[in-house]
Amino acid sequence: MKVGVIVFPGSNCDHDIEHVFGHVLGAKVTALWHKDAQIGKQDLLVVPGGFSYGDYLRTGALAKLSPVMSSLKKFAKAGGPVIGICNGFQILCEAGLLPGVLLQNVSMRFISKFIHIRVEQENTPFTRHLKTGSLITCPIAHGDGNFYASDEELNRIEGEGQVVFRYADQHGRISDSDRIINPNGSARSIAGVCNKERNIVGLMPHPERASEKLIGFIGSDTGRALLQQAVG
Amino acid sequence: MRVQIFVRLKPGVLDVQGKAVEQGLLNLGMAGVANLRVGKLIELDVEAQDTQAMEKQVKEFCEKLLVNPVIENFEIRQLA
Repeated sequence: MKVGVIVFPGSNCDHDIEHVFGHVLGAKVTALWHKDAQIGKQDLLVVPGGFSYGDYLRTGALAKLSPVMSSLKKFAKAGGPVIGICNGFQILCEAGLLPGVLLQNVSMRFISKFIHIRVEQENTPFTRHLKTGSLITCPIAHGDGNFYASDEELNRIEGEGQVVFRYADQHGRISDSDRIINPNGSARSIAGVCNKERNIVGLMPHPERASEKLIGFIGSDTGRALLQQAVG
Repeated sequence: MRVQIFVRLKPGVLDVQGKAVEQGLLNLGMAGVANLRVGKLIELDVEAQDTQAMEKQVKEFCEKLLVNPVIENFEIRQLA
């Protein structure tokens, strides 16, 4: 299994991703510099979190123009699995590969805390062995994670089954207006979405930071389940 | 020619920055303030034959990078 991790100036979760895929899940991981359009042969591409280009203009807006992105688009168009986490999710939205956009958190604060997300769509490369309704506990760490799309677009993506994760409490309950459960104010509590073809997934929470019992909050390693699907 | 591009959040898109700034004015005791929204102003020089050609070109800049059509509108103005 070959995993390519794309590295932009300002990426800061690329080493966490390399660690989890390489050392925990046993994949062969290659870091792919954003200026290099040659990505080699990969089975999975990861767009990691961070602050690519200092979030200038809009989060993810400048990263989408990097040479590596045209190779990523080609890879995804051929059905290759792609996951974007946090800033990676913002980049995939800006690139038009995923619907919607991530606005500033309603609280105007950078939020760094453990939260729960509920699996809403099991038919993706990353959720295929997870049951709809199952919970993953992992951290969020972002200032711009407030998922937004017009009501029309939200209805469309819900109708197409493109909502992959929603923020929930520890019992799986959802509340759009409760800032403990839906901390950033995301529309319809959406924490992650996929494209129509379901091979590209983006989410704001960090499953790679809850992939080992040793370092996960209250021993949560449920994030690993999510990343493992694509490898195993 | 010198061009200004005004980028604004679409009506209905929550502007948390605007709300915070509005609250700041109210906190200063400035009464009668409402519906404050913060946008962006981008200024640039463009080489173009005439206004029409400039607008066509700048519209493309906006659509390809400067504006996210999911949340933003833009307005192009030519400076004298």
